[in-house]
Amino acid sequence: MDVLDLSRWQFGITTVYHFLFVPLTIGLSALVAGFQTAWYRTDNPAYLRMTRFWGRLFLINFAMGVVTGIVQEFQFGMNWSAYSRFVGDVFGAPLAMEGLMAFFLESTFLGLWIFGWDKLPRGLHLATIWLAAFGTTISAYFILAANSWMQHPVGYRLNPATGRAELTDIWAVLTNVTTLATFPHVIFGAFVTAGAFVIGVSAWQLARKREVDLFRASARAAMVVTLVAAVGVSLSGHWQAQIMTRQQPMKMAAAEALWEDESSAGFSLFAVGDVRNGRNHVNVQIPYGLSLLATSTPDGRVEGVNDIQARYQATYGPGDYRPIVGLAYWSFRLMIGFGGLAGLLALAGLWFTRRRRLPANPWFYRIAVIGIGLPFLANSLGWIFTEMGRQPWTVFGVMRTSAAVSPGSDVAEVAVTLAGFTLVYAVLAFIEVRLLLKFIRSGPEPAGRTDEPVDTLPALSY
Amino acid sequence: MELTTVWFLLIAVLWTGYFVLEGFDFGVGVLLPVLGTDEARRRTLVRSIGPVWDGNEVWLLVAGGATFAAFPEWYATLFSGFYLPLFLILIALIVRGVALEYRSKSDVTKGWDRAFFWGSLGPAFLWGVAFADIVRGVPLDARHEYTGSLLTLLNPYALLGGVATLTLFTLHGAVFVALKTTGELRDHARELARTLGLAALAAGGLFLVLTQLSTGTAATWAGVAAAAAGIAGAVVATVRGRDGWAFTANAVAVVAVTATLFGSLWPDVMPALDPANSLTVHNAASTPYTLGVMTWVAAVFTPVVLAYQGWTYWVFRRRLS
Ligand code: HDD
Ligand code: HEM
Ligand code: HEM
Repeated sequence: MDVLDLSRWQFGITTVYHFLFVPLTIGLSALVAGFQTAWYRTDNPAYLRMTRFWGRLFLINFAMGVVTGIVQEFQFGMNWSAYSRFVGDVFGAPLAMEGLMAFFLESTFLGLWIFGWDKLPRGLHLATIWLAAFGTTISAYFILAANSWMQHPVGYRLNPATGRAELTDIWAVLTNVTTLATFPHVIFGAFVTAGAFVIGVSAWQLARKREVDLFRASARAAMVVTLVAAVGVSLSGHWQAQIMTRQQPMKMAAAEALWEDESSAGFSLFAVGDVRNGRNHVNVQIPYGLSLLATSTPDGRVEGVNDIQARYQATYGPGDYRPIVGLAYWSFRLMIGFGGLAGLLALAGLWFTRRRRLPANPWFYRIAVIGIGLPFLANSLGWIFTEMGRQPWTVFGVMRTSAAVSPGSDVAEVAVTLAGFTLVYAVLAFIEVRLLLKFIRSGPEPAGRTDEPVDTLPALSY
Repeated sequence: MELTTVWFLLIAVLWTGYFVLEGFDFGVGVLLPVLGTDEARRRTLVRSIGPVWDGNEVWLLVAGGATFAAFPEWYATLFSGFYLPLFLILIALIVRGVALEYRSKSDVTKGWDRAFFWGSLGPAFLWGVAFADIVRGVPLDARHEYTGSLLTLLNPYALLGGVATLTLFTLHGAVFVALKTTGELRDHARELARTLGLAALAAGGLFLVLTQLSTGTAATWAGVAAAAAGIAGAVVATVRGRDGWAFTANAVAVVAVTATLFGSLWPDVMPALDPANSLTVHNAASTPYTLGVMTWVAAVFTPVVLAYQGWTYWVFRRRLS
């Protein structure tokens, strides 16, 4: 393996890992804020106990999101210095804005929330968790604006004298149509994730008949959130697919294992392909499906891998412009599949818990617990699809990944840090999961304690 | 004022904010094994920085982001060049952050306390090493890529810089603990502050004077004097039991040290051993358009951030017992 491969592995591993915690943070912070709002309005102590139970799990996850994020902030300089020099003028701006507008907000107000139970008036204390939740969402917006610029660069020019990209219109970068579609997709995806988490944990408790009222209420709320978010993720995903067909037709063609340009293209459900010769052996399709998804008309024209490859060679010069087709194909399908299953689970749950009922079949509880993992898989696969489907480009049409890597690093250096991060992350994952399990098992604080005035309760942490 | 100058100053301010704020919570971590003689005390120590350490760390993240936006060449050269030390700092910050959040939630506080200690000591030392190397100059080629090795960075001058920041931050932690606690813990911290003050004065003084002998100007000599006066003031105020003044004086010392380092750099941001390859505020900077946009953003949001962070310190102003 050379420096490029190692650097790509390092970026992929650390970023996908960071994004395991991110969606849960975004979704769960808002759910916890919602529970606390219910308590604020009704004074019902059950809501306070819900806030504190889910709040603690949220904090365990948040810590991991923060520490893995620190690595992200410096990685571009460490392993991708050529990239950083080339795009810093454009790309650095949203990153700096994220820090100033979002990271300060979330970290400061979360500190106030954790330690402020007995120091702030109730209304103000409620505001702190909403502000922290708001911070996580703004953070997502800016980082996605930065990422969308790599997918579809806008608002810049190439300076022939310095050979660097220069920002000409910040507004164009912040309102890039790619950003506008990606942002809701990621946020809805985050709510699917947090929703499925709350459903699964509640199901585990309900199966043991513990705190039935509290966990039934939590699960019902989460089911509604998950269902709405699953619809949102499909609609925004559809919009993204249409944009992608225009901006990066190669990614769409790879995602569909569509080798030649086609009108009235079907949506492939299962294919076995022959990448070398650019064709499929087996392809089970929904007729007209792809044309509908990509162009909104049943007979719309969708471009295929082989044709695009020929066109790109004419535009960008000789080279292989095909991403790993099998990976794009399966990551795209499985993202939709796993996410869709989480939505179905929520729908079934709402039916089984209607009118004060509880699901009778033990299998529902088991499936709900397994269902916690579905959105995590969908999110990771979504990013793997987006980022690896863009290859060989780092900035689409402008800079290749092979030109982005730090010219000065040597294999030993990158290998050491790759091993180091992977090892530390693996150990931390183990610790985090054990800690989550411990607090899930021990359940909410006993009911009696929360009847006391809030300020005698111990802080959520320390 | 030129925008490149504005951004050089802003980045200096961000690092200063980072060192003043995270400096004391590094110090608390370094002092944990000494001051935390029992579990109750260790808990108090961790609680003293609990509500604020994450907000303090964001100063570093914003310094990183601002460098990327305003001086991309500096960002690229610095972080790809100082690759392994930065890796160690990142690992330390990861371990430390997790330790702070998990220690009370887990059954094995001993291990977390060790992680908190090393995770604080490491960066407190390594930031000093890194800044000493930046000021001293490193080998860069014509593309501004770093051409030295890890050992190039670990020269005696840089190691002295590390000892200087380590002692200074440890002192900062001691005066902070004295300010935030009561009883024996406070007395113990005040006692330590005296010894640490002398150590910081010696290490920091030697380091700054050496720096001055190669790059000094009248303005940076004033910085050195202010740093020395700040440390001395912190010790005197501690002896007199004026904890608030002691902390303020030492904060001034941290500001003065950081200002001296950035003052010695200007107008370079990363001097190269061959001056032709040096990165300066001009050749490392973004375009005037980007700098202009970022200036507006900073002008609007920095006061807001300062206001709510300041308010947080106000909310948690009471001593912990
Ligand atoms: C869609 C959302 C999203 C994406 C794509 C990323 N992040 Fe992230 N990040 C967040 C959403 C987020 C968050 C929700 O705001 C986090 C998670 C936990 C947290 O504390 O904030 C966070 C934390 C976080 C932190 C710590 C902030 C703190 O101390 O409070 C940093 C420095 C970064 N991220 C940087 C990055 C970079 C440079 C990324 C690109 C490679 C990145 N993140 C991808
Ligand atoms: C603003 C956010 C992001 C930026 C700027 C960004 C940028 C990059 C860069 C520079 C690379 C290295 C070049 C390459 O190999 O393609 C890359 C690759 C990659 N990124 Fe992203 N990325 C971002 C977010 C994410 C997120 C959140 C994830 C997933 C959780 C992700 C997953 C990946 C993966 C899987 C690769 C592929 C590595 C490979 O090619 O082997 N990225 N991205
Ligand atoms: C009907 C369902 C869905 C459709 C049609 C869909 C569509 C898409 C498309 C087209 C992209 C690539 C965008 C690009 O590269 O330009 C994408 C990316 C992504 N998807 Fe989905 N998706 C669906 C469901 C889900 C679900 C359920 C989740 C997670 C819970 C999810 C998470 C993601 C993530 C994290 C990305 C990468 C970030 C991005 O580019 O937005 N998706 N999706």
